[in-house]
Amino acid sequence: MSKLVVSKIGPASSVQDGGRHGAQRYGLTPSGAMDRLALAAANTLVANQPLAAAIEIGPFAAHFEARQGAVRIGLAGAWRKAEISGRAVASNCSMTLAQGETLTLDFARGGSFSYLAIEGGIAGESMFGSLAVNARAGLGSPYPRPLQVGDELQATYASGTIERRIDLPAPKEAPIRLVLGPQDDEFSEAAIRLFLDSEWKISATSDRMGYRLEGPKIEHLHGHNIVSDGTVNGSIQVPGNGAPIVLMPDRGTTGGYPKIATVISADLGRFAQTPPGTIFKFNAVSMAEAQEEARRFTQLLRNLPDRLRSMEHVDLNIDALRDANVAGAAVSAVDATTWQIQPAASAVPHD
Amino acid sequence: MVELSPPRILPSGDSALTVEFSRKIDDAANQRVLALDRTLASENVRGVTETVPTYRSLLVHYDPVAIGFDVLAEKLVSLAQRPAPASTKRRRWRIPVVYGGEHGIDLEDVAKALRTTPDDIVARHVAGHYRVAMIGFTPGWSYLSGLEESLHLPRRQNPRVLTPAGTVSIGGVQTGVQCLAGPSGWHLLGRTAVRTYQLHREPTFLLEPGDDVTFSPVDARTFEEQDRAAERGEVVAELIAA
Repeated sequence: MSKLVVSKIGPASSVQDGGRHGAQRYGLTPSGAMDRLALAAANTLVANQPLAAAIEIGPFAAHFEARQGAVRIGLAGAWRKAEISGRAVASNCSMTLAQGETLTLDFARGGSFSYLAIEGGIAGESMFGSLAVNARAGLGSPYPRPLQVGDELQATYASGTIERRIDLPAPKEAPIRLVLGPQDDEFSEAAIRLFLDSEWKISATSDRMGYRLEGPKIEHLHGHNIVSDGTVNGSIQVPGNGAPIVLMPDRGTTGGYPKIATVISADLGRFAQTPPGTIFKFNAVSMAEAQEEARRFTQLLRNLPDRLRSMEHVDLNIDALRDANVAGAAVSAVDATTWQIQPAASAVPHD
Repeated sequence: MVELSPPRILPSGDSALTVEFSRKIDDAANQRVLALDRTLASENVRGVTETVPTYRSLLVHYDPVAIGFDVLAEKLVSLAQRPAPASTKRRRWRIPVVYGGEHGIDLEDVAKALRTTPDDIVARHVAGHYRVAMIGFTPGWSYLSGLEESLHLPRRQNPRVLTPAGTVSIGGVQTGVQCLAGPSGWHLLGRTAVRTYQLHREPTFLLEPGDDVTFSPVDARTFEEQDRAAERGEVVAELIAA
């Protein structure tokens, strides 16, 4: 067996997949990829199941070396400068690392998370049907924690299949869509208007549990305590200080703050990839529209193999990548210590 | 037959909805939550993927490709007004607790705040019959209803960032058993060796929403022994009726 060895890694990098479902009733959060589309794209490039486990790489630089044989990988997600032994490689492509070669990924530009899928998938012991790392619960495989230098991921020998690229829909610069509720009635119409009309920034003290938002203070009608109820990925809760927190895959399964709205599932990955400091707005849509988008998103994931292309016309366009570095400054401004799985900035005491 | 009032259906994004029976901590509402949860488990409604019962509401996760919001909402309202199937496994657990001292650092302060002695607080806490109203926040964190009124006490002004694994505490009208170390704003009365969540043990999760729970006091030495046994994978809690 060949293997992929982690030779450099930053915080918020861990094995993730489609998530661990069925035990939220016991307080076990699903975890799973922050950007499901990017995870699925990386997997599709190497003919894995779309939501199979892959390496989720946080905003900082990361290096991976192939040992004891060649390793074929798929790379997708946040834009980064990427090289194998000094030759530039493109994201949204498959590639093969010869024995001893290293893939070097620079810090993320235009996004936060990249996904590295290994042909044949990641070898590990599934718990509740998932390899996803949930460090607080001691779950995840092959390592129940974020990745560290020296970690080894077993790989099957590279198949030698012709390399592919994947043609993904162009990312949108549109507002993040949400549906109001479940506790929008805990806020005045004026507060909801303010929430929807304002510009927001994601705070650098965000993590896989939640993204804290910076913007105007959102006031509650009847105080900030409700009797705890269930949360979902994308729940937007408003704690006592009036600064909303969008709950992400490592969230607590229940929470005692009113939830003004919920990010639609089709926009969650795009939201997760919004770097701290970037200004964005929300847009409220109807349930019908949100569910239509959810169905379309499911279709998109299902039909990703139809988007595979030959490598003949890959334009690396490094200059464009550099120009697209809207987020570079913002990302490098992130304090490395905030991008960790625990202790979590958003581990708000429950009631 | 008494006509049950319909619950409120609240949207929680495009892939989940909240069936709300009450806005307050309410025993009758919790019974209806657990009843609807059992009904859903036996009905096998197409598209429903997972449920999360809480004190007052049932969060229903579903696949919007398989079923739309309106159809599911209507279905849930009608199921919620139907008598639930009888609970098949009503279990009663006795959970050993070492109270006070280093294991329950707030016991003295709680006694002072309630103008009584630590022993009296322990006696009242042990006398209670509790029910697992919900499990949430972190794996195995079991919120229990049935706390005697004389033990109701507002939560701490300054929540602690880290409280020990196995902590048994009170907060507001609730008592609870937490499994993992973590933040808490409740008053720490003691600790149990019982792991409500433990990997590589069958069952991984010990308690179910709806289970009955009582506490029994043990000394620090017994706690240490039980803690070692629990670490080896023993259940330690006593199942006194199933």
